[in-house]
Amino acid sequence: MNCVLGADNILNDTVLYRVIYEAVGHVLPCGVSYVVAGLAMMLILANGVLLGAGLFSWVERRLIGRFHNRIGPNRWGPFGMLQPLADLVKLLTKEDLTPRGADRIVFAIVPVAMVAPVILMMAVVPFAKDTALVNLNVGILYILAVTSITSIAIFMAGWSSDNRYAMFGASRGVAVLISYEVPVVMSLLGVVILAGSMSLDDVVSAQAVPFFLVQPLAFFVFLAGTSAELNRTPFDVAEAESEIIAGYHIEYSGVKFALIQAAEFGAVLTASAVMVTLFLGGWSGPFASYLGWAWFLLKIGVLAFVFSWVRATFPRLRIDQLLAFAWKFLLPLSIINLFATALEVYFLRDAAGTLDTTDLWIMAGINFGVAFACLLIFGTLIKEKVRPAGPVTGAILSPGEAD
Amino acid sequence: MYGINLVKGLMVTLKNFTKKPFTVQYPEERVKQHPRFRGEEFVWYEERCTGCASCAKYCPLGIIKIVTTPSETAPAEGDKYKLELFDISINRCMFCGLCVEACPYDALYMGSGFEQGQYSRKEMIIDIDHLRQADKHPSTFFRPQLEDTGYDPRADRPLHWQEVGRESWKWHQREKMGMNISRPVPPDLLPDEPKVDSSFVEDSAATPVPTPAEGAE
Repeated sequence: MNCVLGADNILNDTVLYRVIYEAVGHVLPCGVSYVVAGLAMMLILANGVLLGAGLFSWVERRLIGRFHNRIGPNRWGPFGMLQPLADLVKLLTKEDLTPRGADRIVFAIVPVAMVAPVILMMAVVPFAKDTALVNLNVGILYILAVTSITSIAIFMAGWSSDNRYAMFGASRGVAVLISYEVPVVMSLLGVVILAGSMSLDDVVSAQAVPFFLVQPLAFFVFLAGTSAELNRTPFDVAEAESEIIAGYHIEYSGVKFALIQAAEFGAVLTASAVMVTLFLGGWSGPFASYLGWAWFLLKIGVLAFVFSWVRATFPRLRIDQLLAFAWKFLLPLSIINLFATALEVYFLRDAAGTLDTTDLWIMAGINFGVAFACLLIFGTLIKEKVRPAGPVTGAILSPGEAD
Repeated sequence: MYGINLVKGLMVTLKNFTKKPFTVQYPEERVKQHPRFRGEEFVWYEERCTGCASCAKYCPLGIIKIVTTPSETAPAEGDKYKLELFDISINRCMFCGLCVEACPYDALYMGSGFEQGQYSRKEMIIDIDHLRQADKHPSTFFRPQLEDTGYDPRADRPLHWQEVGRESWKWHQREKMGMNISRPVPPDLLPDEPKVDSSFVEDSAATPVPTPAEGAE
């Protein structure tokens, strides 16, 4: 029998899926081959993300080692490359403990719920020309929706562990995630206005000038906000080792801990991939038609280096500084960026409603000026806000006194 | 400007990123070791040792055990005492080097190693056979005559007992080498006449110590 995907099928653009579907369709019924092809794609995606997470854990340890004037893991395999494998084997042989007072079902679901959004996020990212698993027309919305699962997973972990430190970590984590979601979404709106579409493919093809030049403020806000959502070091109050031991994953051991760690490292890669797609031009570059994947991976590597660099440099912020940074600094910046972009697009677009390359360069010039002025003004303003005002007496004040 | 210090911090870490790492990959690379390093695996030259047990007496921890017997077989070769036991319980040794400082005949030297870790305490006792068979890489600690030659225990060849002693102590060397006692000994190397402290003996004999009973009355 011959199975052919309908033209209206959302997976029709995915070449690999179509090839598998038609190949399997020669021997199996169409319904079965539809599922088989889907499973094959999921296998590739999940393993790609998890292998990438393992590789990135090694890369990050090496990089941070070099930032600290150390060498980093270099004993096993070429340049210590097999270190993630050794870590994995070690974690697999550990006992898988569940606390006595834990909510066992929720406790067991959490690692899956942490890994799933990371893998799902990659589904709409185009690795090269026409290589996204799905070319969703609401891709950016999908990414935002899927990443929000992480906050639920963190809260599930904190609540089900029956541990106060885990609960502290989860509360902090959810506060941070919800706060930073707002400026991140607002900064993405500028990109959506410029591209005129939420599909990531369209965003990539709209970047005649990479959007981090056109939208420097949005790029900065998105970088900082994503860094906070990933729970990485300047913003890692949710799992602050020196304060609340390990935060929400304090009770996890063995393979569950391995999954949570894989989710954290994989999340950096997927966030980098999303950021590359939205701001750095995705797979576009010289010879993009057949070297697109190389450009994509190179840009991911650059962003991952930036993440490691930031992690190796900055100490942890306090929770109130962190939330002040989100609400008093990033949110106004993203709103200003949104308004500036909207005005520029309104005045610069031609009759058909499209922007050409010259318009984008003009916008880049304007937006760099806006970004510099905003950073200067808001930086000076927030400088007074994040500083603790006098001795801290809030703890002994009654609720009525403390305003 | 706000945030400029963040950029400065990033530049600091980037500068460190480009530097050569500080780490020394120990089993393959080593830090340079000073020749005076007081290491374990003491170097002991049986040919120089008279079994005087000065080292055992000066050891603050008392971890050196020496047993000697009068040698019956080779008095003509100078073996006045034969060493039966020379045990160093190195697991309690703090490598202070007092035994080496105390040795009058330059027979005991600090070693130069630090990799003699064992799995049990019993294996940490170095016995006389071990000391005999070990490679002689003496540390130059408290041995200026070795340090003057520029000897590097980690790099250079093992030393023979004739090469390590102080040159002025020729009588000891000659005695140990050939024990040709019949050959005339230079007068400056001859031991002095045995001096008996007769005053102490006479005094104690002349005035007897009063007994406690007499003093009471």
